Amino acid sequence: MSEPIRITYEVDGEDFMSAGTASTDMKRVLRQLGLDSEIIRRAAIAMYEGEINMVIHAHGGVAEVAIYEDRIEMNLIDHGPGIPDVELAMSAGYSTAAENIRELGFGAGMGLPNMKKYTDEMTIETEVGKGTTVRMVVRTV
Amino acid sequence: MRKGLMDMTIREAAALLDAEVLCGEDLLDREIASACGSDMMSDVLAFVKEHSILLTGLLNPQVVRTAEMMDMSCIVFVRGKQPGEAILELARSSGIAVLRTEYRMYAACGKLYAAGLRPHASEKI
Repeated sequence: MSEPIRITYEVDGEDFMSAGTASTDMKRVLRQLGLDSEIIRRAAIAMYEGEINMVIHAHGGVAEVAIYEDRIEMNLIDHGPGIPDVELAMSAGYSTAAENIRELGFGAGMGLPNMKKYTDEMTIETEVGKGTTVRMVVRTV
Repeated sequence: MRKGLMDMTIREAAALLDAEVLCGEDLLDREIASACGSDMMSDVLAFVKEHSILLTGLLNPQVVRTAEMMDMSCIVFVRGKQPGEAILELARSSGIAVLRTEYRMYAACGKLYAAGLRPHASEKI
């Protein structure tokens, strides 16, 4: 088994306009590796939703990407407020985003459901007041 | 299978919308298979298939990021919205054509629909 390719991104929580730079870069790397375009698209959308979430809700965080021979793993780690009710947060249309976020085109309550939809595995570890780690896997074979 | 539907090029869409091409002149002969009109990027990320055109009145760089993640090749800003240079630069680096039309959302979508560009068959929720 060869070692995975690992990339770590700092997600700036103060600048909504630059959110998505990590996803853009990950997408570029996946393209260079010659992965299937639909797999790249799914991983990129999930990562982008996660990045937006970290900026909207958690003042940023860290995105760790590991590309294995058979899968892409994305770990999104933040030290934000945590999610009090994960099941509720996972339901489509539920959002705690502020009105100004909606004016920017986000906060429709589709982020987490979308991340689950586009990935093969997703787990959420969260503690109120401590932060949230979302782990996502997209299989490539 | 797609009886009654047709693909069109970005150039043809631009002509139908009397649109100004703001960037991506070299991409105008790309085919688009579908279109989506929305100011809510969350919904675009949830429902849209690739090779689509995105019509929006929302004006911020996340419109370009969204189109990029979705593998969309063209953004149309409706209601005469004029994107700034930061948005156009991001679009250029992402290989996305940007158009601007004076038509409002409903009319712009209607013109493309009437010309045969349809949503994906699975679009009804």
